[in-house]
Amino acid sequence: MIDFLVPVITMTALGLFFSVGLVFAYKKLKVEEDPRVEKLTEILPQSNCGACGYSGCRAYAQAVVTGEAPTNLCSAGGNEVAQQIAGIMGVEAEQVARKVARLHCRGTKEAAHSRGVYVGISTCEASHLIGGHKQCAYGCLGFGDCVHSCPFDAITMGEDGLPVVMEEKCTACGNCVEACPRNLLELHPVSQGIMVFCRSKDSAPTSRKVCKNACIACGICSRACPEAIVLEENLAVIKDYKKIPEEKIPAIEKCPTDAIGRIQKENEG
Amino acid sequence: MNTKTFPHGIHPPEYKEETAEKKLQHLSPPDKVFIPLSQHFGRPADPLVKKGDPVDLGQKIGKAPALFSAAVHSSVSGKVLKVGSTHHPSGKPLLAITIKNDGEDRLSSEVKEVEDPFSLSPDRIRERVKEAGIVGLGGAAFPTAVKLAPPKDKPIDTILINGCECEPVLTSDYRMMMEYSDDILQGAELIRKATGAEKIIVGIEDNKKKALSLFQEKTKGHPSTSVALLKTKYPQGAEKNLIYALLRREVPRGGLPFDVGVVVQNVGTTKVVYDGVKHGVPLYQRSLTVAGSGIGDPQNLMVRLGTPFQKVIDFCGGLKEDGPIVVMGGPMMGISQWTLDVPVIKGTSGILAWKLDSPPEETACIRCGRCISHCPMRLAPTQIKKYVEFEHLSEAEEWGVLDCVECGCCQYICPSKIPLVHWMRLGKAKVSNLKRKKKSE
Repeated sequence: MIDFLVPVITMTALGLFFSVGLVFAYKKLKVEEDPRVEKLTEILPQSNCGACGYSGCRAYAQAVVTGEAPTNLCSAGGNEVAQQIAGIMGVEAEQVARKVARLHCRGTKEAAHSRGVYVGISTCEASHLIGGHKQCAYGCLGFGDCVHSCPFDAITMGEDGLPVVMEEKCTACGNCVEACPRNLLELHPVSQGIMVFCRSKDSAPTSRKVCKNACIACGICSRACPEAIVLEENLAVIKDYKKIPEEKIPAIEKCPTDAIGRIQKENEG
Repeated sequence: MNTKTFPHGIHPPEYKEETAEKKLQHLSPPDKVFIPLSQHFGRPADPLVKKGDPVDLGQKIGKAPALFSAAVHSSVSGKVLKVGSTHHPSGKPLLAITIKNDGEDRLSSEVKEVEDPFSLSPDRIRERVKEAGIVGLGGAAFPTAVKLAPPKDKPIDTILINGCECEPVLTSDYRMMMEYSDDILQGAELIRKATGAEKIIVGIEDNKKKALSLFQEKTKGHPSTSVALLKTKYPQGAEKNLIYALLRREVPRGGLPFDVGVVVQNVGTTKVVYDGVKHGVPLYQRSLTVAGSGIGDPQNLMVRLGTPFQKVIDFCGGLKEDGPIVVMGGPMMGISQWTLDVPVIKGTSGILAWKLDSPPEETACIRCGRCISHCPMRLAPTQIKKYVEFEHLSEAEEWGVLDCVECGCCQYICPSKIPLVHWMRLGKAKVSNLKRKKKSE
């Protein structure tokens, strides 16, 4: 009879002891969390893309609540989310300028010549490490490191060997900008309708030899609109797209290599 | 004499017969030379000349901005045409000085001979080596002056002169040993003096018996210099392996030969050290082997730095067939080139060409472990590759990705044709990037 009671009593005593401990821990060691963190986390897109500069949506929510971060850093959520965050925080909503990633290269499989047969790891980073498999030392390598880096599936590899960014899916998180070993992707305001599709700093004869669509710094565009376009290191650079008036665009688009021009929206998506 | 060697490594076919007995020929300098400011391990040199400047043979045209760098000298006399980016054997366009050759080979007034180089102090020897822009000619192009300046707390007892030439096909070091044995031994003596070491050991592999007997004869009765026979194996010429083979000392992880009291110099480097210290002649030319099944008439040449590959290959009967691959360096560690406009640099130990029937096709790892059993650094390449592939960079570092010497044994032996060296290089780049990022934070 006694033998049977010993384990029962022991287990009951242990159970009581630990439950008291748990109750004590729950009451005394409780971490007070601002209920707004939970709410904000729910509103945020949960993609944990890191575009805001924090390690994830929850970390950003905590930073907003402590007042460390402004309410408009979530580019994936855009204006809508920024307004909701501002609503919860009880502050004025700050505008999020919608941006989109654009590729500064038109060196398609056809236009840009290859150096030879590439045998090695099929990523842009690995190819860039040994100088790249294209003759142009600045152009897109086409293995799609950007495609793999996009958490929103907004980039696909086109048939011409260049990545295509879908404007409506792109949230400007900037992961692709980081992933490109040649720095060819850049975040532009959606309203920017014209850009230079080249980053080659090679001299004109070299550029011409290695790629049909390379900027050869002939200066047609910068002469057409000197207040917004300048030549820097054998390359045309748009300093301020807002200063390019609509009527000057046809003159700029006379570019002999199509290295500058309007962004063709119908090609996207 | 018993043969020494190191554990692991491989035995690739040698293909050295074709050029071994061909004497070094001087290739006449071309009309234009392209001298890159980055031909060595470390920071690129700063240009000292500008467009239009007249230059003389051996004149310093690039200054070393840091300890880990090397000066660059003109290899012809003439006029500077351009200071700008040109093709570079590394695959990336880099800053170079283009000089038009006037054909006169006027020696620069900066080149000054000394009567007795052995009377110079160690500091003066180092200074003259540094001024001559000398770097290791085995291929890695590490600044020699740095190697000659061991830290105070690490005394050097032995100088190893590296006459292995373990890369297949290359025979230019062998030619240097056969034709300039006196200069090499004098240079070794200067290095011994600069570092305060006691012994000199010349290590020669057993496929170069003639060089071995020549050096044995020359060093007979010499108190501090000896010659050692090594069993032919790749990569014996990698300094850590050579140190183990000859002295049974192991360089600690991440360490340098200094740490075990050794300095290793290639035979070619030793010769130019003598030229630089005695005659004040800077490193403006180097020996190299032009060979391979794609070359019309394989040769050993003495070539001015900055000579385009095209000129060198033309001299050697041109490329045999259409579309062979051209490699700078040996077949194991060389870098394949896409254009023949690249210039010969200090690290160009050879120019090889052969026809590649079909590129190797990669298949999945079958976990045979051959890469592990052949790695001379005792790493596990297949495992490191997985860590790099899936961005487990701290594990990759722990498993020694930074200790890889990129000798290529793993990739040579891999039945699945996995580009393991490329993975190692990618891993090294990723790990060092991460470290740099962490440091800056």
